[in-house]
Amino acid sequence: MSGFSCPIPFSLSDYPHVLMAHGSGGAIMQRLIEELFLKTFNDGQDVNEAHDSAVLDVPKERIAMSSDSFVIQPLIFPGGDIGSLSVHGTVNDLAMSGARPCYLSSSFILEEGLPMEVLVQIVHSMKKAADAAGVKIVTGDTKVVERGHGDGIYINTTGIGLVKEGVNISPKYVREGDLVLINGDLGRHGMAIMSVRESLSFESPIKSDSTSLVSPVMEMIEENLDISCMRDATRGGLAAVLNEIAVGSGLEIHIDEAKIPINEAVSGACEILGFDPLHVANEGRFAIFIAEKDAGRALEILSSYKEDGAMPSQIGKVVNGKSGMVVLNTAIGTKRILDMPGGELLPRIC
Amino acid sequence: MKYVDEFRDPDAARECARKIADITTQEWTIMEVCGGQTHTIVRFGLQEILPDKINVVHGPGCPVCVTPLEQLDKAMEIAARSDVIFCSFGDMLRVPGSEEDLRGVKAGGGDVRIVYSPLDAVKIAKDNPDKQVVFFAVGFETTAPVNAMAVFQAEQYGLNNFFVLVSHVLVPPAIEAILSSPENRVQGFLAAGHVCAIMGYEEYFPLAEKYKTPIVVTGFEPLDILHGVYMCIKQLEEGRFEVENQYSRVVDVAGNLEAQNLIQKIFKIAPRKWRGIGDIPQSGLVLSDEYERFNAETRFGVTQTQVQEPEECISGLILQGLKRPNECPAFGTICTPEKPLGATMVSGEGACSAYYKYKRDV
Repeated sequence: MSGFSCPIPFSLSDYPHVLMAHGSGGAIMQRLIEELFLKTFNDGQDVNEAHDSAVLDVPKERIAMSSDSFVIQPLIFPGGDIGSLSVHGTVNDLAMSGARPCYLSSSFILEEGLPMEVLVQIVHSMKKAADAAGVKIVTGDTKVVERGHGDGIYINTTGIGLVKEGVNISPKYVREGDLVLINGDLGRHGMAIMSVRESLSFESPIKSDSTSLVSPVMEMIEENLDISCMRDATRGGLAAVLNEIAVGSGLEIHIDEAKIPINEAVSGACEILGFDPLHVANEGRFAIFIAEKDAGRALEILSSYKEDGAMPSQIGKVVNGKSGMVVLNTAIGTKRILDMPGGELLPRIC
Repeated sequence: MKYVDEFRDPDAARECARKIADITTQEWTIMEVCGGQTHTIVRFGLQEILPDKINVVHGPGCPVCVTPLEQLDKAMEIAARSDVIFCSFGDMLRVPGSEEDLRGVKAGGGDVRIVYSPLDAVKIAKDNPDKQVVFFAVGFETTAPVNAMAVFQAEQYGLNNFFVLVSHVLVPPAIEAILSSPENRVQGFLAAGHVCAIMGYEEYFPLAEKYKTPIVVTGFEPLDILHGVYMCIKQLEEGRFEVENQYSRVVDVAGNLEAQNLIQKIFKIAPRKWRGIGDIPQSGLVLSDEYERFNAETRFGVTQTQVQEPEECISGLILQGLKRPNECPAFGTICTPEKPLGATMVSGEGACSAYYKYKRDV
């Protein structure tokens, strides 16, 4: 495992691997919780650590809640790991409803024999991602399954966020004339994972786009930009998101293929394997449906958060056409439908 | 993307379409043979910019589609065995046999693995001497050399636990089957560029001559296809029936001789059943006598069964260019990529699946 940099806490160093006892409820498990999870996640915050549940102060706002489980292989991949991903996934889902994420739970299912140093690295990566997203990890659970019954580590995170008065974001609020924006290039997470998992090497290595979207979303919300809907383009890619929103809004969405930024290495890998980059998963990209008057400002905000990816872009428009339809203006200037991906992506024969 | 974007240039595409319109004086029906070309035509909406007089029909060149149901059932039977690691190209996994697909076999406990190259399957056989490793060797002349190489390597390594379930088909006999049918309406062909990269295109001269039909070896990008259509229509309008090469940046007349020698060493030509079409003489490859010991069908004693295709499915007519997918009453109703009735809906490159994905109702 490369890139390891977090030392195993001294009190855990007797155990280079996760044992069944680490999930047994006894002293060894207690030590894991205290020395690793509590020490990492609980930095003097308003949580009573001795109880079975976290008791939280919540202002009088609406609460958004979201839960996600992470089962990715490899656990550590170019551009992230299962720890940071498990934070990004849930905080991004909260942000997509316009909620400011506040608290996360983290539940681990560990496989007996998992190197302790990997667990430590992943837990530290979660903490770093949570800090960057401004969210606190306040409760959790640990179970250990026998060797061969898990895939190293599974993580479930559940998050709570607060939704400001007047913020109403959902496919049903999408209007005719809304513009469709995306915050960067597509397909990097899916192809990064596939290239590592299948040992496919490309000339330029592909890095996952996994990141927290909380800051750009909150900045747009704070400025009261007229956003009707947002959706992060995870599994199923942009195509799935657009189709869901077209159905949810009862409107037609037009997209310009030429305006969708796609990294050259990603597009090359997709060509070789027979994938449509619009069907490939992202972990730091989202579509924004916004009134035309505010689209320019939104693009400015999104551009200020651009990392190593391509520039944010206005890729399409909502029209009052056929309900639930997504139409793609192709790169050569013709039209076709952009369909939901069928199932898992399977590389083609020739 | 270098060498790809140039062949997707919108202005050049419009210009090429305009030139095609300029030379077209009457109705013509032409067929692209390969599923990859069908995919490009539908994905880029090329029919939209071609003149109405040109009727492009889609041919039988998707190997996943034309793999017979019987062969799929044999794959399921072998893959379900507890002593077998069954390796396949990815897109075969979702193709249903008469009862289930390979994904179902995997979920039921079968060791089914996606490989990107059959040589990976040979490696798996080397690494797992206590298992029988079977590769599902499917495809046209394009995958034949690497599948042949896998068998050749297995022999070199002295492996006795590597086998292939062969379902190889050949393009020229399929073109001849279409041309010789009394119902044929195809007047010109776009031949599959990658097949010709391996095999060359000498085999097509007698076909063009015998059936007085132009054949243009064509690539896979939108501009390749438009250019191929242009060359084909130009021949038709001028009353010529020659073999021409649009894809000259990749293909020459002789093809890849080394690959051809390897195919000839490992395989021999045999009759083959095509899903949706039926038996076509001398249209497939099977293991040659020298390499018969690598035959998974013999090794596992899978029996030849006769399987009935659903009556509603008109994939046979579609594969021969006699019907278009959206002319089928089952299309998009009882037949979808999730629940395909027949050959042309089962793979992403089948004509029905491509229409379903890109062309419904636009």
